[in-house]
Amino acid sequence: MPNTAFSPVSVYGAGITHLFQIGLVMCYCILALVAVLVITATIKYRYRPGNEHAPQIHGNKWAERTWTVIPLLLLASMFSLTAITTKSSDPYVPRTHPDLIVIGHQWWWEFRYPNSGAVTSYEVHMPVGSRMATRIESDDVIHDFSVMQFGRKMDAIPGYPNYMWIDPANVGTYPGFCNEYCGDEHAWMQFRVIVQRRNDFEAWERHEASPAAMPVTDQEKYGARLFQQDSCASCHQIRGTDAKADVGPDLTHLAERKAIGSGVLTNTSEHLFAWLKNPQTIKPGVHMPDMQLNDTDTHALVAYLESLK
Amino acid sequence: MSTTPVPSGSMPVSIEIEVRSRDLFGFFATVDHKRIGLMYMMLALFFFIAGGFEALLMRIQLAWPRNTFLNPDTYNQTFTMHGTTMIFLVVMPILLGTAIYFVPLMIGTTDMAFPRLNAFGFWVLLFGGLLLYYSYFAGGAPDAGWFSYTPLSEKPFSLHSGMDYWALSLLAIGTGSIATGLNLIATILTMRAPGMSMRRLPLFVWMVLVNSHLIVFAFPALNAALVGLLFDRQLNAHFFRAFGGGQPILWQHFFWNFGHPEVYIMILPAWGMISEVIPVFSRKPIFGYAYVAASTVAIGLLSFGVWAHHMFAVGLGHPWDLAMSATSMLIGVPTGVKIFNWIATMWHGSIRLTTSMLFAIAFLIQFTMGGLSGILFAFAPIDWKLTDTYFVVAHLHYVLFGGTMFAVFAGIYYWYPKMTGKLLSERLGRWHFWTMVLGFNATFLVQHVLGVAGMPRRVYTYPDLPGWGILNAISSIGVLILGVGMLVFFWNMIYTAHHGEAAGDNPWDAWTLEWATASPPPPYNFLMIPPIRSRRPLWDLNHPGEEDWRQHE
Repeated sequence: MPNTAFSPVSVYGAGITHLFQIGLVMCYCILALVAVLVITATIKYRYRPGNEHAPQIHGNKWAERTWTVIPLLLLASMFSLTAITTKSSDPYVPRTHPDLIVIGHQWWWEFRYPNSGAVTSYEVHMPVGSRMATRIESDDVIHDFSVMQFGRKMDAIPGYPNYMWIDPANVGTYPGFCNEYCGDEHAWMQFRVIVQRRNDFEAWERHEASPAAMPVTDQEKYGARLFQQDSCASCHQIRGTDAKADVGPDLTHLAERKAIGSGVLTNTSEHLFAWLKNPQTIKPGVHMPDMQLNDTDTHALVAYLESLK
Repeated sequence: MSTTPVPSGSMPVSIEIEVRSRDLFGFFATVDHKRIGLMYMMLALFFFIAGGFEALLMRIQLAWPRNTFLNPDTYNQTFTMHGTTMIFLVVMPILLGTAIYFVPLMIGTTDMAFPRLNAFGFWVLLFGGLLLYYSYFAGGAPDAGWFSYTPLSEKPFSLHSGMDYWALSLLAIGTGSIATGLNLIATILTMRAPGMSMRRLPLFVWMVLVNSHLIVFAFPALNAALVGLLFDRQLNAHFFRAFGGGQPILWQHFFWNFGHPEVYIMILPAWGMISEVIPVFSRKPIFGYAYVAASTVAIGLLSFGVWAHHMFAVGLGHPWDLAMSATSMLIGVPTGVKIFNWIATMWHGSIRLTTSMLFAIAFLIQFTMGGLSGILFAFAPIDWKLTDTYFVVAHLHYVLFGGTMFAVFAGIYYWYPKMTGKLLSERLGRWHFWTMVLGFNATFLVQHVLGVAGMPRRVYTYPDLPGWGILNAISSIGVLILGVGMLVFFWNMIYTAHHGEAAGDNPWDAWTLEWATASPPPPYNFLMIPPIRSRRPLWDLNHPGEEDWRQHE
């Protein structure tokens, strides 16, 4: 299986994985000891001819001291490792000027890059080898930002922003999940981290910060007009147009993203069409209502959204 | 086997009157601790079917990726009800019921200190259980999880009345539990038979005593939080609502201040059962009695100082995380002491592999696994990786199912003859045991792997990532095996109640006082209590010249 806690792609994550491996070895040893003792006792001291009567032993204080002191010393050493890893894998983050702001919403993630003004959703891009000072917020209930191959996860709590460092060390795409139960569609509150070389990242960030492409064909223009008039604009933002709401995800460069609905469907024309026809059948409970669109209008909206490269 | 002398004699008049009230109303209006204990156990078994059915629904939904058997809202209601039911209406009642039934017998008295309060505790619990399930008919079951984190459990995020029923029902259950906890403390401290000093108490009674203190001190924190939540929901208060100046994290502090001691409330009496079963079937006294009892007290005290280990991902800061990490690891030491004492009790024994003992042996290994994965969560950075993934689901079920429920099964096979006068079938018992071991480990072992792969908890479905489908399918098949095992168990109880072999007073040649009376015990419990000069009064009676008190007291 790829993408597990055993394949970290960050220095902080590797430190935690190292601690996890040490802890697991300790656990396996203790489990093996207990299992061997229990099974040996069960077989060796089973009732059988010649073993009808057990000696009436009430205890032994040296035995008690042994199995109190040894675990105590073992755990004390484990605690010092824990303390070291706690410090090293989650250093202090200055509270000003974060590089990345992560905002949890029911049920999607918003990613803001304050330095460039880029805003996106579902796919968060990061330059490899960087250290991103990240602020994590919530717009409604408690969520949790978690990428198994990075370092720690962090709760997104309404009214109380959290801070952590993210240090992507390998180029690649990594799955992320909301890890705190947050209501109906907690399952489809996923995201992807795309770690790129710095040049690629900067190109992406410049593009992402730029306003949306203008509609070209007649169908796209019709779709754009529908978007502004038929309520889409009351929830969504498309930078460079009059749509400035931030209830739902920013759609300025929607066509660049690989999935819609926070991972529920891949971003294809058929899927966009199905989603716009009735998102409630695809992601039941999602806050986007069934807009009762006819097929012509839906096709036009799909054409417009697909032009938002 | 039993040689307990029970001299015949005339009963006091008041007891004869009690014996006659055997009609249905008399059964339900009873204040007899044995009948109330049985009612607790029947309630627990009833809700075990409900909670098990909910688990089955969840595992069907999760059997393969993107399944649409349950919609998300139904799934969320189902896991909320599963957790709440199993904790408050199954594990606690079966443990409290066993305590209510056996503590007065084990300390050699006639009833609880406050028999009417005892009945009150049961009826309030039943009321709470019915209130919880009534929510289905009143607009929908609660759907914010058994932990009901704010603000998800607040308006406007949970609008239907399920959360209100949840809060009211837990208030009722909590109040009843506190009453029962106080009652058990009073009973154990004041009603012991002559000679039954605190140092001679059976370990089950010791565990119940510590457990009752946990109940009395932990539940008020939950009740306070529930009242706050109801104020928020019904009166528009702002205890836990971030947008009105409230503190959503405050709920978590309250909840886990209750919730972690609650974890021990759900395991201490089970440890007590193990501490009775293993010595009797190893034909040896418990190894290190004082250490087993003292480690329980230590765990009871420590359990109030570890709550924020449920909150490592909240971002409380390193001082909090490390303090709670240290206390949580510390709990591992007295827990390990118990495991080693139980193994040492088996060592040099003459082990009778009854079904009860098999469950106790499986408990030792499975509970150790649950305890060890728990230790990993005490390493704060590991918790930052694994919390709220399926690793936690695996961990908690190894403790509560592989641990507590296996101990409860050991206890049921051990005490069923005392409660009914009939022995459970050992043949069916073997089937029950092996299907449970297979089904339990098939269900939950693979969930460790899913957790390490990053599968979150409480998701109604999941993407088809490599390996996720097959592991979830194995887990779902495991639940079917568990279901078969439970059917065997229920059939065993029903069948043997009518056709079982008569048990006699003391089928296991056990040593504590509950075996010194008839099976089932008469309403007045004992005609005569044997002299209590050690921890094993019946051993002393049957082994003249080798009495415990000659050796160590």
